[in-house]
Amino acid sequence: MDPDQETPATADPGQPPSETAHARRRQTEAEAVALVAAPDMSVADVPPELLAQSLGQYLRASWLRIRGGDSGVMPVLLAMVVVAVVFQIITPEHSFLRPSNLVYIFGLSTVYMVLAIAETIVLLIAEIDLSVGAVALIGGVIAFKLVQQPGAGWPWWAAIIAALVSCGVFGALQGTLSARLKIPSFIVTLGGFLLFSGILIVALGGADGSVNLNTSDSNQAVIYDLVQGTITPVASWILLVVAVGIFGTALWLRAASRRRQGLVAPPKSVTAVRIVLVALVGAAVVVVCNVNRGTSLKAVQGLPWVIPIVIVVAGIWTLVLERTRFGRYLYAIGGNPEAARRAGVSLAGMRTWAFALCAATAGLGGILLGSFFYGEYSTNTADPGQLVLYTVAAAVIGGVSLFGGRGKALHGVLGGLLIGGIAYGVSLLNLGSLSTPLQYILPGAVLLAAVLIDVLSRRGAGSVTRV
Amino acid sequence: MTEVNETPNAASSGGDDAEPLLKLRGIDKHFGPVQALYGVNLDLFAGNVTGLCGDNGAGKSVLTRTIAGAHQPDHGQIYFEGRPVHIRSTRDASALGIETVYQDLALADNLDIVQNMFLGRERLRHGLLDEDSMELAAADTLKSLRVTTVRSIRQPVASLSGGQRQSVAVAKAVMWNSKLVLLDEPTAALGVVQTRQVLDLIKRLRDRGLAVMVISHNLNDVFEVADRIAVLYLGRMVADGPAAGFDRQSVVEYMTTGGANGRPSEAPGSVSVEG
Repeated sequence: MDPDQETPATADPGQPPSETAHARRRQTEAEAVALVAAPDMSVADVPPELLAQSLGQYLRASWLRIRGGDSGVMPVLLAMVVVAVVFQIITPEHSFLRPSNLVYIFGLSTVYMVLAIAETIVLLIAEIDLSVGAVALIGGVIAFKLVQQPGAGWPWWAAIIAALVSCGVFGALQGTLSARLKIPSFIVTLGGFLLFSGILIVALGGADGSVNLNTSDSNQAVIYDLVQGTITPVASWILLVVAVGIFGTALWLRAASRRRQGLVAPPKSVTAVRIVLVALVGAAVVVVCNVNRGTSLKAVQGLPWVIPIVIVVAGIWTLVLERTRFGRYLYAIGGNPEAARRAGVSLAGMRTWAFALCAATAGLGGILLGSFFYGEYSTNTADPGQLVLYTVAAAVIGGVSLFGGRGKALHGVLGGLLIGGIAYGVSLLNLGSLSTPLQYILPGAVLLAAVLIDVLSRRGAGSVTRV
Repeated sequence: MTEVNETPNAASSGGDDAEPLLKLRGIDKHFGPVQALYGVNLDLFAGNVTGLCGDNGAGKSVLTRTIAGAHQPDHGQIYFEGRPVHIRSTRDASALGIETVYQDLALADNLDIVQNMFLGRERLRHGLLDEDSMELAAADTLKSLRVTTVRSIRQPVASLSGGQRQSVAVAKAVMWNSKLVLLDEPTAALGVVQTRQVLDLIKRLRDRGLAVMVISHNLNDVFEVADRIAVLYLGRMVADGPAAGFDRQSVVEYMTTGGANGRPSEAPGSVSVEG
């Protein structure tokens, strides 16, 4: 192979690589898997974390990759900064970034986060579930109804499990219809959306009906507290230390174990920076949440329960998607269903499960929504149409591809936060009659922008493919 | 190469002393009114590359898919390592050690090389995917096949060239202690350099003692790698023998007329190859 033709992973292709970088890379490759660069390989092809050997190289390679069209979570992070700055400027009294507002946004966003994670599961296999909003709300109403006293009077955990299982069954039914009868999921779940929206109104007891939690009952208060409850500031810090400790140890040990086995691992500095970044973000959230956002009469401070809850949900789905066969097959079906089928994956079975687990996860989002609106479920707070719009928007904005095969739980979390920020920012603006239309128009515009990015990056990736 | 005149019926006792790894005898297959295969006999030997030639519609794909377990023959018997077997599914074929690389390769673009190579047969540890052990095993296989042009085995398959994709698909097929690998048009979509990569890879499979059947239109490629050549014509095996017994002219004639040297085939399935 002609060394002059090689393109090092981390250097600008236009410039000749330095001798040391060259030698270092050669040595690394010999250590790792003894694979040599192909002459025609361009920089953007390989994720930077695979080849970079120092923090500097890593950053440069990441930058090249972003320039090459594979932007990862950069657009959503940038959008968050833009949204924060713009709303901070245009909201009355520059109130957008006040701690109380931020915590409110966290609470509102968690609903979209959980729903977006749920939607990600079906988007991964290149399907769509338009009924998530309606199903989630029905799940919430089921849980709220089951803990009513007088009434069913179930313990809170049994009510939640029953709600999630019911939602899972609804999802499985739609998934089965779509997968076995080969009806596009778009149509099946559009029907499901209307059907469940109607059932929701019946379940609420008519168009004016509502279901409320009685917070003086300790059993019902648990569900009320899912979003409204807080842990003490001290406990918040302890929780942060424990969470970052677990995350950091896992990340560090994993990289160390890969290095021990002679596999390519990110440089230690990159791992360290990653852990520090997570710690910083976590600390910022705790600081914001620990500011007293109550009144002079009653202090409200500390981390809302819902934040650890969402982290656990996102963590579980990250594990399922990235480290289990089920997750791997979801990606495979999204990438090439025929390849998955030949590998022995049951497409219909996987699709049914994907819809079932999507709906069950969405059910949790529905319960959080009721808790967020101070334990009251009514047709005012529960709008399945807007919810599904926000959900799909959050997932796609976060970086989940509508065409299947690309997306993570983290994308749902970031997208949900962005959508929550926009939705609440608009409501802060005192626009009067303009406020409601803007709550549709802005997320809609952002959704279109996100889809555009998705399509363009897909086209960019397509040009890389040489057949 | 010895000049052997052999009929397929006598192949097992013919020039090669070894028992064929896979033996097809009298395979018939029809789809509705269309007869796709007429009493096809074929022998595939370990450590041998067999080139299967034939014009469009000659039955190459049906024959391949029959061996791969995707079709069941109407009549006839398949012997594997001397034992009569029924290959009812691709799973049965895999269990015997028969792997097929179809023309479309069946790779998921969004998954990386390791993930593709282990798709459907992932290794687990404590119920979770054991990425590290899969990565090491995949790297070993690629290294043993000297597939060295990929930069990282953790790069998505979408970023590979056509030849690299073909190589990954082949590596995926030989990873499982396979004894017979069927390659459907492995070079059809490739440029010159990449074709060379793949042909070298096929030779390496042979050197490892695998039986390889290459289905190809490209006679250059067939003559380069094949030890034996088999020609299908309208569902009949019209010629089958050592590659040295053929030249380009005769193969083309078999493919287009079912006979060679200006002589039509005497009886379907029983034509011998003149040296």
